[in-house]
Amino acid sequence: MLEILRFTPTELSTLVLSLKVASFCVVLSLVPAIMVAWVLARKSFFGKSLLDSLVHLPLVLPPVVPGFMLLLLLGNQGLIGKYLHSMFGFSLAFTWMGAVVASAVMAFPLMVRSTRLAISQVDKGLEIAAQSLGANPLKVFFTITLPLAMPGIITGLILGFSRSLGEFGATITFVGNIEHETRTLPLAIYSYTQIPDGDLPALRLVILSMALALGALMISDRLERKANQNIGRHHD
Amino acid sequence: MIKIQARLKRKHFELDASLQLNQRVTAIYGPSGAGKSTLLSIIAGITKPDSGRIMIDGDCLYDSELRINKPIHERKIGLVFQDGRLFPHLTVEGNLSYALNFTPVENQQFQLKEIVDLLEIRHLLKQKPHQLSGGEKQRVALGRALLSSPRLLMLDEPLASLDDRLKKQILPFLKLVSNEINIPMIYISHSKEEIMQITDNLIDIQLGKVSYKAA
Repeated sequence: MLEILRFTPTELSTLVLSLKVASFCVVLSLVPAIMVAWVLARKSFFGKSLLDSLVHLPLVLPPVVPGFMLLLLLGNQGLIGKYLHSMFGFSLAFTWMGAVVASAVMAFPLMVRSTRLAISQVDKGLEIAAQSLGANPLKVFFTITLPLAMPGIITGLILGFSRSLGEFGATITFVGNIEHETRTLPLAIYSYTQIPDGDLPALRLVILSMALALGALMISDRLERKANQNIGRHHD
Repeated sequence: MIKIQARLKRKHFELDASLQLNQRVTAIYGPSGAGKSTLLSIIAGITKPDSGRIMIDGDCLYDSELRINKPIHERKIGLVFQDGRLFPHLTVEGNLSYALNFTPVENQQFQLKEIVDLLEIRHLLKQKPHQLSGGEKQRVALGRALLSSPRLLMLDEPLASLDDRLKKQILPFLKLVSNEINIPMIYISHSKEEIMQITDNLIDIQLGKVSYKAA
């Protein structure tokens, strides 16, 4: 029975690649997500609902659509991609970095949503109190708003990480399904289901994915609890 | 000396205030909804009036004609709110020392130690705000406002959310601060009884109109 858990080097490299892509995805998205969340939570301006919709678009579109748009924009023949390619010799399409970009686009709305909710729940009265003590808005943001929104930011981080681990449609459209380069866990599972005798390896990767997802949720729960305690909030 | 002239018009409310405060401690009195807190938030820079002029000791904080409007953090006005507004993620000590961050040491009017002793909050320093009673919270909030070395201290109904027993516990500290500390103070309350214990220099505000009764 334990045979099933004996992972092959290929499967392990798939796991490592997935973790690498998901980590880069959240690290790259975190700061922009917090900035956009803050703007959406605290500012009112012309075009706000447009920005809001644009950020959330990947959440409601079939993932293949953002994937295709990325190809049009950042592909080697793409609107922006061709300059990246010709000027810097840098290409995103069909590389693991492209997979990072594809999954970041898909994970971004989730990170923004939970961060925005957390920021809008920070009592503005506390921010005003900090200002009255002499803190400028930037200082208020870093010493009051950000620490108080931390539980929601952590939730967003884990949601984004998990979303990235599970990303399929946008990834396969933009960067394809190349072993050791862009074949992350979901793509590998899909590939195994397409070949004869692929059921067992597919099942192993499914178990791996479930373990990862469960682990992420448990870590998120712990971190959130800790962050809540830090700001004097308690949950049962 | 503090000079305030401010007009503000909202849908169901109009404030038209013109006052000059010469005494060190002034109380602003009026029923709830009369515009006391609006006046305070105009002075603090939280609310922008439609027109007017606010001067503290010759320094202009707001002037609609000259288009001057100093942001809250540059006004150096210490605020104590009804609900304390202690930062929940910091300890009492963290809350107090937060206020020291923004004034160069040589300009600081008080040391942390002085304030802690004056308000008798030494035993609370390591605690988080949610562990404090309402009266303790207000003492810490008062201390925090003082430590920011303000040139004006404004208290907005600091006792309103406390029961009678707690009020009696904190009133002596308010009296102490108003007597011993040389910072101009505006005390806002809807309770005349409470005000009488602090000062007899009273400004009455009724339905957005301010009348100034010189003491």
